[in-house]
This record gives sequence, C-alpha cells and structure tokens, in this order.
Amino acid sequence: MTWEPRPVPEVNPETDRYWQAAASGELLVQECDDCGLVYHYPRSLCPDCFSEKVEWREASGRGEVYSYSTARTMSGWPEDDLPLVVAYVELDEGPRIMTNIDADPEDIAIGARVEVRFVDTEDEDVSIPVFVPANA
Amino acid sequence: MTEREPAYIAGAFEHPTREAPDKSTMQLHAEVAKGALADAGLSKDDVNGLFTAGVPEYQSGLSPLVIADYLGVDASYVDTTDYGGSSYIAHVGHAVSAIRDGKCDVALITLAGRPRSRGQATGSGAREIRTVQDSFERIYGATNITMYGMAAQRHMHEHGTTAEQLAEIRVAASQHAQYNDDAMFQDPVTVEDVVESRVVADPLHLLDCCVISDGGGALVLVSEDVRDDLDREAVEVLGHGEAPSHHDAGRIDITRTGAESSGERAFAEAGLGPADIDYASIYDSFTITVLEAIEDLGFCEKGEGGEFVEGGTLQAPDGDLPFNTDGGGLCSNHPANRGGMTKVIEAVRQLRGEANPEVQVDADVALAHGTGGSIATRHGAATVVLGGEGR
Ligand SMILES: [Zn+2]
Repeated sequence: MTWEPRPVPEVNPETDRYWQAAASGELLVQECDDCGLVYHYPRSLCPDCFSEKVEWREASGRGEVYSYSTARTMSGWPEDDLPLVVAYVELDEGPRIMTNIDADPEDIAIGARVEVRFVDTEDEDVSIPVFVPANA
Repeated sequence: MTEREPAYIAGAFEHPTREAPDKSTMQLHAEVAKGALADAGLSKDDVNGLFTAGVPEYQSGLSPLVIADYLGVDASYVDTTDYGGSSYIAHVGHAVSAIRDGKCDVALITLAGRPRSRGQATGSGAREIRTVQDSFERIYGATNITMYGMAAQRHMHEHGTTAEQLAEIRVAASQHAQYNDDAMFQDPVTVEDVVESRVVADPLHLLDCCVISDGGGALVLVSEDVRDDLDREAVEVLGHGEAPSHHDAGRIDITRTGAESSGERAFAEAGLGPADIDYASIYDSFTITVLEAIEDLGFCEKGEGGEFVEGGTLQAPDGDLPFNTDGGGLCSNHPANRGGMTKVIEAVRQLRGEANPEVQVDADVALAHGTGGSIATRHGAATVVLGGEGR
C-alpha cells in the first residue's frame, strides 16, 4: 500500500493517545467505568450515560469483517493504491470501526477473522490501524 | 388526524436545467424561487418565512443571509436546518410548524447548486478532513459510494438481496424517465444493463448510482388563510417526521436507517400508514438507499425489500408502489447533490395530477422521504405525508 498523499488524521486532545498508541503498535478502545460500554471513536465522555469516568483499554486487535466495499476508482486518491477495501471491522471487544483491509478483495468475506496492523504516516507520532486476514 | 391548523404546499418548481455552466448558484436560487412563487400565484413580497440549507459550495453558516440578501426577502422567520439532501423535506415540516405558530404565513424553501459544472466527483471522491469523525473515516478512503456499498454488501449478506434486485430500482426509474423531457438519462435500461455496468465500489455498479446534475428547486408553503385566497390547487402536509441517525459509538446496524423513526413519526402525525400511500418519492442517491428506505418505512418487512421491488412494484402507473415518476435522482436530477427537494416536487405533481401523463397515478395520499449525509455512518432521515385536495 502506498500511503501518501492520503489524508492524515487531525489529532486533538481527546484522540492523541489513540493515534500515539497506534504508532507504538497498540489499538486502543475506551470503556465506561459506570455503564460498561466499550466504544469507538475516542471521546471524553461516555456517549451512553455521559459519565466522564472513561478509561483507555488495549484491544486485542482481532475481530471480524462486518462489511466491506472495494473502491475501484477514487478521485483524489493514489492510483496505485486502488482497488481499496474500505470496511467495518467488529472488534472482539464490541465496537464496529471503519478501516481498510489490506488483502486481495477476492480473499475477503463478511464474517472473516482479521487482525490489526499499523501503517505509518508522515507524522511520526501518528500511525493508522488497518486489518489483514487473521493468521495470514 | 391532527386537530392543528393545516398548512399547505401551494407552489412547487423544479429548474429544468441539468447543466448550468453560464449561471451562478445564486441565480439558480432566484430562478427557482421565482418559479415556485409564480406557480403558487404569489409574489416575492408575500414571502415572510425563509427555509434553506444554504449554499453547500460556500460552506458558510451565513449562507441564509447571503440568500435573503440576494433575493431581497424580508423574513420574519428563518430556519437553516442542514443535514444533507433530506434537509428540504425536514424544512417542509419545520415550515408547517412555523405557519401553525403564526411566525410566518408564506414560507419559501430553496435549493440550488452546480456540482456538474464544477466537475465534482461526488460519490467516489476522497474528501478532506473536517469533522472529528472524518479522522476515523476519510483517512480510509470512505467515500459516499463505499459507505453505501458497505450497506448493500451487508444487506445482501443478511437477507440474500441480489444485485439484480437492486437493479430493478434503476429499471423502474428509467421507465419513468423516458417521459421526462428534462431528465438527464431518458433511455430505459434493463436489469442486465445495470449489473453489466462497471463496478464503482462493490457491490454497486455505475447504474446503481444517481446522476450528478446542476439545477435546483423550490417550494412555497402557506397558511390556510393564504391558501383560501389562491386559485391554485394546494397540497396539505398531513404528517412530518425526522430522525438524524448515527454510528452509535460503534453499534451501528448499516442495514437500517433513520426512516424507521422518521416514517413512524410522519405516519403517526398523519393518522395513516404505509397501506394508505398511493405514490412514494424516495430519495435514490443509490439503489440501496431506496431498498433500505422501503423496508424501514414499512412498505415491506425488513429483509424483504429485494423481493418487494421485483416484478414492477415500483413502476407507474400500475405497480403497487409507484415511485419517483420523474425518473428520480437515478435518472433525472440530483441538484446540488441533494435529492430531497425534487422528491417533494414530484409528490406535489402527482397529487395535483400534473405528473407526466404516462406515469400519472390516481393519488390522493403521497409520501416523500429523504436520506441525507451517508448511511453506514451518519445520515438525516426526513419523511412527509402529503394529501391532495381530492382526499
Ligand atoms: Zn457509560
């Protein structure tokens, strides 16, 4: 996969830990101490109960494909990075997160097990979680 | 049935252009405003309510001021709700409320845009990072069409929906578009044409996607007192519902849309149900948008949309649920990449008996539904139920 000139995430005080963790090879989710919700994307209060007692937690980095779509063309995207598989992966911890799956589209199916990989960006403090078929 | 003051759509106008390289977007706003007011038999100086989602290409929260200034409208009430292409259907409901509250009695809703002349790659273009969510989506190349593609893929997985069934939706729209001289694509297509067109983002083909067009449209809503002074046949707004819907912290079900709630609310306010609908305008950014909406609005059970659309169900005038008789966004017009406005306009035409004769339905009650933004992440759903004078 070529990465640039894909957009780099905008990091803010609520999300910098997520992106920095990814740069050191960890996928984080957040969990609410009060109601137990495990959620994505990161934010400073629980979107279920509004509790501010929310904790970072390292996810297993494993999950299964909830859905996917293979973009054959995309303006504003590197040509040699196509086709690009955009997917939702349902993490074993619960939340469905949008991502890419770095694999031949023919080898991807809903329900297939996948595991996380991290792709560097031009910002050394920020890496991006993507997924590959598990045990590949 | 509601015991509240009724409110009516008295004017509706769709810009005939689909490509406007030599016009400004504001000019289109003005032309559609003028057209809808003329249709109602009212003048610009009658307008005291201004409803607009602004000018998307300006990306300005101040665009209602731009529009009020350009048109020279003296408004006592303004609403600038914007959640994408369904906004204009929401505006109908908001205008009804404002009219019932006596805040205004002639409400103007306008939409205009020039994405075709501006060369926008609307559905398949990567976009810049603007919102907090974009940093978790657009970095992955999540475009409109990959979002809807994921929804279609999951729907197929859970319910066995096929590409051929999705294609039936385009086929019905194209059957209708052949009678619309303004439609961008007037040639009828077959299921084979759709499934053999190139795949843009699996499992969606080029012909599963709507057109990119310039143009616009406008509506004029009035109080009962104003309506009584008009010669024009008016359409009553019987019910309205809306429901912004979202990713839900990771619990999103991408086979379901906000139409479940917006439809239920609109039907409850109207005191009617899906079986009462004679004609439906359903936002058709993609074929899957229609399929999910049909299920969520209650025209069939969840998961049975594929079977429901087979066999000409959606085709006017004889299908059980004739839809988008102007050709819809799939074949006719998708001004400013926002299809809600034209959905209401064609529903008004149907209720007034002014649709193209070959697709005119004997309709007393119609529904218009919009899905703005993008399913599979965040979208606005808005539904209105409309009644003609014959009911
Ligand atoms: Zn909580």
